[in-house]
Amino acid sequence: MTTSTFSRRDLLKSGAAVLVGFTFAGRSAAQMAVGADAALGKPTGINDVDSFLAVHADGSVTVYTGKVDLGTGLRIAIRQMAAEELELPVERVNLVEGDTALTPDQGSTGGSTGLTQGGVQVRRAAATAREAFRNMTPADLASGKHFNMKVDPNAPLKDPKTYKVVSQPVLRPEVPLKATGRHVYVQDFTMAGMLHGRVIHPPVIGAKLMSVDESSIRSIPDVRAVRIESFLGVVAKDEWAAIRAARELKVTWSEGQTLPGSTGLGGYVRNAAVDRDETVINRGNTASAMTGAAKTFAASYYWPNQSHASLGPSCAVADMRDGGLTVWSSAQAPHNLRANMAKVFAVPLAKVRVVYMDGAGCYGGNGNDDVAADAVLLSRAVNAPVRVQWMRQDELGWDPKGPQQLIDLRAGLDAQGNIAAWEAEMWVPMNKPGTRPLLSIDAAGMAQDHGQGAGLMTQNADPPYAAGNVRVVAHHIKDTPLRPSNLRAPGKIANVFAVEAFTDELALAAGVDPVEYRLRGLKDPRAIEVIRRTADMFGWKPRPASAPRPVQGGVQIGYGFAYARYKQAENYVAMAMEVAVERTTGKVSVRRVACAHDCGLIVNPNALRNQVEGLIVQTLSRTLHEEVKFDRARVTSVDWVTYPILRFPDAPAIEVALINRPELPLYGAGEAAAVTVPGALANAIFDAAGARVRTAPFTPERVKTAIVGD
Amino acid sequence: MATYKFQLNGRPSTAESWDPAQPLLYVLRNELGQHGPKFGCGLGQCGACTVLIDGKATRSCLTTVRQAAGKSITTIEALGTPEKPDAVQAAFIAEQASQCGYCTNGMVMTAKSLLAQNPKPTLEQVKQGMAGNLCRCGTHTRILRAVMRASGAAV
Repeated sequence: MTTSTFSRRDLLKSGAAVLVGFTFAGRSAAQMAVGADAALGKPTGINDVDSFLAVHADGSVTVYTGKVDLGTGLRIAIRQMAAEELELPVERVNLVEGDTALTPDQGSTGGSTGLTQGGVQVRRAAATAREAFRNMTPADLASGKHFNMKVDPNAPLKDPKTYKVVSQPVLRPEVPLKATGRHVYVQDFTMAGMLHGRVIHPPVIGAKLMSVDESSIRSIPDVRAVRIESFLGVVAKDEWAAIRAARELKVTWSEGQTLPGSTGLGGYVRNAAVDRDETVINRGNTASAMTGAAKTFAASYYWPNQSHASLGPSCAVADMRDGGLTVWSSAQAPHNLRANMAKVFAVPLAKVRVVYMDGAGCYGGNGNDDVAADAVLLSRAVNAPVRVQWMRQDELGWDPKGPQQLIDLRAGLDAQGNIAAWEAEMWVPMNKPGTRPLLSIDAAGMAQDHGQGAGLMTQNADPPYAAGNVRVVAHHIKDTPLRPSNLRAPGKIANVFAVEAFTDELALAAGVDPVEYRLRGLKDPRAIEVIRRTADMFGWKPRPASAPRPVQGGVQIGYGFAYARYKQAENYVAMAMEVAVERTTGKVSVRRVACAHDCGLIVNPNALRNQVEGLIVQTLSRTLHEEVKFDRARVTSVDWVTYPILRFPDAPAIEVALINRPELPLYGAGEAAAVTVPGALANAIFDAAGARVRTAPFTPERVKTAIVGD
Repeated sequence: MATYKFQLNGRPSTAESWDPAQPLLYVLRNELGQHGPKFGCGLGQCGACTVLIDGKATRSCLTTVRQAAGKSITTIEALGTPEKPDAVQAAFIAEQASQCGYCTNGMVMTAKSLLAQNPKPTLEQVKQGMAGNLCRCGTHTRILRAVMRASGAAV
């Protein structure tokens, strides 16, 4: 390997010939079979420095990471962390992500672990290698000398006071490519002989394929249908031919009504069969504290099913020929996808390779894994590489969903208005071990795991404010109507919504300003600082008692506040919001948002700010607009009209204060700022119009009903 | 197969299609190597596929190849390069107005068209002018700043 222009982009551009120009241990790409990582000779073990770092003749370095940049800025941040420890300018550090043949398996890029796990492991490898790298001669570099070192968990890290690269707002190198249409997404990937596939999902979830009339697509050129049991796809030379064929193919499916429907789903969930009850937190004695309380309160909160709603439908290219399998995918966990593909398609793991390429933002487990399986099934059937991109109705209708969540809260206040007792009960999907089932694999009648998991949904249901007696119970329900999956900040958006809206009610009952009430219950100086910073930035005006806001031009203006420590162990986030509520229609406009955010060490303040701003807007969208609707047979939210998301006219002014703590551990920031959004918004709506909205999304109808109800 | 002629990024271009109703998007992406325009919905609801036709922002997923014949089509690739971006692209880079970037093509092309019609828009006019373009990552505030910056407004 002697090129310094070796970049991820070049790697990706070259597609099937992805290995051309890359040699390791003196072997050339030509010697290596596609899909056979063992033959590459590149170490990928998690304990070897050489798995993470390779040197080049010009003294530059390539970092290899199994974590991937899902649009979050991880790509530049990991380079900054490595460059800092190696004492190189960041431009001298290249990055290869998520290619299972080249990168160590650092786990899924989820749960805000990209930097806290992935980045920290890379940093440790770089710190281990620092001395050896410094001592390398030009001849060592020219020969691509290996480090031959184990990663030292105790390798001394650079003193943060001497940081030159970390904490700098380095611009993300892919933005110029994105702004000029040159960034290569998996949707743009092509290779010789590649065909275009589309899948045909049934009109009823779980329907059996009864019959297919292939004569219905006879007029479309170079297309064939692929049927495996109840899996149905089409493959064509031309993409438009595949799309038309998928649309026009005459198919008969079995009928069925397997779903409860989305209307009144909260009631369905409350009565659902429970697999097990989990006591998440049990501190003190809530029962006796509740009995002894001066005042008690109770409220229920509901969060609906939501789609990842990726702007570009999921896409993958698969090449299953000659006993090997390569998949180009934007899945958030390429190494997991590889293992699952090997298992499902009975290909030896060493012959399966997943190459990560950017896709549209996925925000968790969207349709990426499913579409990869679609592409493999079709590639296997036609013995050629096949690209499958889902259509809009596939992505919104069939991505696994962020599941619905029902939360009951009860609290008792003492005579001084302090929280004496807090009880939370929530209904969440049960976890089942194994990988989430893939649609096409089930349809094709093939064996696979039927695991279920939607992320750590039970965190943050306890108040962060001093409360001696706290009990949180999670009812893990057996059946969840739509296939659940992790969707950004899983569970914690709903939990913090409930906690922060309920806390507002308690503050009101105690006759204390909402900001003051929160501060009273907190001792952690970092918590206090984000709250004070947010209140100052926002110009928060204390209001011990709620007074009706004046109606001007049919509109009431209100202010809301929320605070959370993400997962009760990570980022500190405080948020204030100003809203305008139209009394007659119930329409809510968010005018401005202020947020102070402390994630410990900041690696890249510009990329971090982008995340925080994005989380605020995306979660406003989820809170105001988003609910996956379904009837007894199918999802009916299948396009941007039936699944609306926030648009530019509703984008608020946002002010963010980032607090950098270079001496402290870093926390991931791809989720935390989401959780305070619905609470701050609900509290602002109450302050404006005196209406408590406890069910998301806060549609005009719901807000109007709450206004009338008061 | 029929042959369709148009101007693509300032040069005469021809494309063949078996179906006159084939959306221009697929012709651009699969036949003419223009990967800037993206498939987002195929329904004209998101804007990811936006190109300029005779200077005006147009959804290439709803424009058939036959409708595009004889027209002048501009894709994002023709505006500028990473090294020499045009004013709108440079503003997007300066504001880092992109996360996943899948919508960025549509944002840049819509902004281009908007600024051609209204070189000094107010923020409210930009919000309305971009209302048909969806961004899922929530990069809205940066995109708005980028468009204002491209118009020469202080941001």
